[in-house]
Amino acid sequence: MAENTQSADAGGPSQRAVEAGVALGMVGFALVVIVGSLQVGIGWGDEGPKAGFFPFYVGLIIFAASVINLLQARARIAGERLFAEWSALRQVLSVVIPTAIYVAVLPWVGIYFASAVLIGFFMRWLGRYGWALIAAVSVGVPLAFFLVFERWFLVPLPKGPIENLLGL
Amino acid sequence: MEELTNLFHGFAVVLQPFNIMVMFIGIILGVLIGVLPGLGGANGVAILLPLTFTMSPTSAIIMLSCIYWGALFGGAITSVLFNIPGEPWSVATTFDGHPMAQKGQAGEALTAAFTSSFIGALFAVIMITLVAPLVANFALKFGPAEQFSVYFLAFCSFVGMSKEPPTKTVASMMIGFALAAVGLDQVTGQLRLTFGFESMLNGFDFLIAVIGLFGIGEILLTIEEGLSFKGGKAGINPRVVFQTWARLPRYWATSLRSCLIGCWMGISPAGATPASFMSYGIAKRASKNGDKFGSGEIEGVIAPETAAHAAGTAALLPMLALGVPGSPTAAVLLGGLLIWGLQPGPLLFVEQKEFVWGLIASMYLGNIAGLIVVLTCVPVFAAILRIPFSIIAPLILVICAIGAYTVHNSVFDVVLMLVFGVLGYVLKKCNYPLAPLVLAIVLGDKAEETFRQSLLASQGSLTIFWANGLVGTIMALGLIALFWGAIQVGWTRLRLAASPASSGRA
Repeated sequence: MAENTQSADAGGPSQRAVEAGVALGMVGFALVVIVGSLQVGIGWGDEGPKAGFFPFYVGLIIFAASVINLLQARARIAGERLFAEWSALRQVLSVVIPTAIYVAVLPWVGIYFASAVLIGFFMRWLGRYGWALIAAVSVGVPLAFFLVFERWFLVPLPKGPIENLLGL
Repeated sequence: MEELTNLFHGFAVVLQPFNIMVMFIGIILGVLIGVLPGLGGANGVAILLPLTFTMSPTSAIIMLSCIYWGALFGGAITSVLFNIPGEPWSVATTFDGHPMAQKGQAGEALTAAFTSSFIGALFAVIMITLVAPLVANFALKFGPAEQFSVYFLAFCSFVGMSKEPPTKTVASMMIGFALAAVGLDQVTGQLRLTFGFESMLNGFDFLIAVIGLFGIGEILLTIEEGLSFKGGKAGINPRVVFQTWARLPRYWATSLRSCLIGCWMGISPAGATPASFMSYGIAKRASKNGDKFGSGEIEGVIAPETAAHAAGTAALLPMLALGVPGSPTAAVLLGGLLIWGLQPGPLLFVEQKEFVWGLIASMYLGNIAGLIVVLTCVPVFAAILRIPFSIIAPLILVICAIGAYTVHNSVFDVVLMLVFGVLGYVLKKCNYPLAPLVLAIVLGDKAEETFRQSLLASQGSLTIFWANGLVGTIMALGLIALFWGAIQVGWTRLRLAASPASSGRA
């Protein structure tokens, strides 16, 4: 991501850099798997192969395949090919970040209230709908989920202070 | 002939008004569950199991097995329309089903998918009815080495058939195996790869991975490419249905092959998911239009759907006859039998004739009911497509989150789902195939277990995988599949060398 010299929206990370990064990440993952396997033993125990036996070789294969992928990222991908433009990545983040917040607050505010806010946020921000429709959908959908899951399937979902206030 | 008498007695049981009602309720619930990603067949059956305690075991198994058929049908709907596989076995259906929907042929794709499902199921049910004792006997001889060789073949087919670079397929698949290995080791009962984190004790559930990689990942890809949600239009009407039906007989060879693959994979514990992939891969190799696969070829819908449904149905055979479930959903159904006080196994055919043949009869009628329900109810699902992206996107996010949560009632799973989602987006953009990763998480434990049991039997010698004709043949097929790409390149070069004038660029 060094070549960010152009205007903010036109450029982006190169495909080659991202692929190399992914391959490096996998090499790291492989090392973690190999170390974890060595910790529990990869040899032959009383019950046959030890617990680390299978994951150890899996880790080795990930390592080998990722090293090849890393080398091929340099050899096979044109340097000027973009992974995605910054503006597109901003769009992706604008979904990831609200969703991350949604996931993070779930245990505390309850899934129904959080869902209502998430749906309302997207409808207002992406769809620019009127508040009446937003209110109808963002309240109606969690309510429908409530009926389906808590009443029909009898699956309790995380609830927070709002749900408790309503006596659900 | 005795079987035929029993079967007709079974039909009489199923055709009682209460059982017919239960059958339709089961199918509709099943389709709903199959359409909602995360509420899978196994999951849905497990959740609904307590509702059946008050019924007779026969009505209960009719309802639960119909939920299973419904889920098998329903998985195709989201695969074709949204490119989100509702079930792991409908992943392969997305490859051609979704491009067809994008080309405006969603109706054809759905009709082909449903009809193929029906044909696959019918074939498997007939097989169960006729050759149950024979096949059960054969599968009884399967040792761990044979089981592992079947997994080996399924995974090698991935590498050979994938259009992505083989090292990327291998890396993706092996990451799946590594994730499956996290947690409690099935054989020694030892904890591994948890690094002291309590939340990792239970390992990674493939449902979470599927919801994240396919559900969330797809939303991110869609949003990156602009805000249009690429759901195809589902113009399904009687005319489209009959036109598609008129086209289907042309692909009888693909259908028959897929039925056979499905039944084989369903009876052996490989299950519906590898069956659908293998069938897709082989159809791609065998078809005249093989190079068009992936761009919306109707054969690419027929092959995986037929095999998946045949396998899903055939998976009930070892469960009933041997007490060995052939699929996760079959395992849940097996749990149901035990709760109702029935002992699965060969004795069931002797002691609980009404139950067994009622179930088998309900497979015939349930699939006919399923076909009618999905063909007529698709417009309801088509209505979902007219909802704008800014409403459907948060809805799918919420459904995914709820789906991920309900798998183990764990908020940590929802976090994992999001991580898998971002990972899925990046991997997909880097041309790593995601299906092998998911399949490896699903089958990882079983593949490892059979591998280690085989080695245990042979005192660590790999020669056990060539020890007899059966296992040797399957392993050899696996190796051919693994190096299929290289074999093809070599073959092309040989031919080019032999006749340099007759061919252009390969």
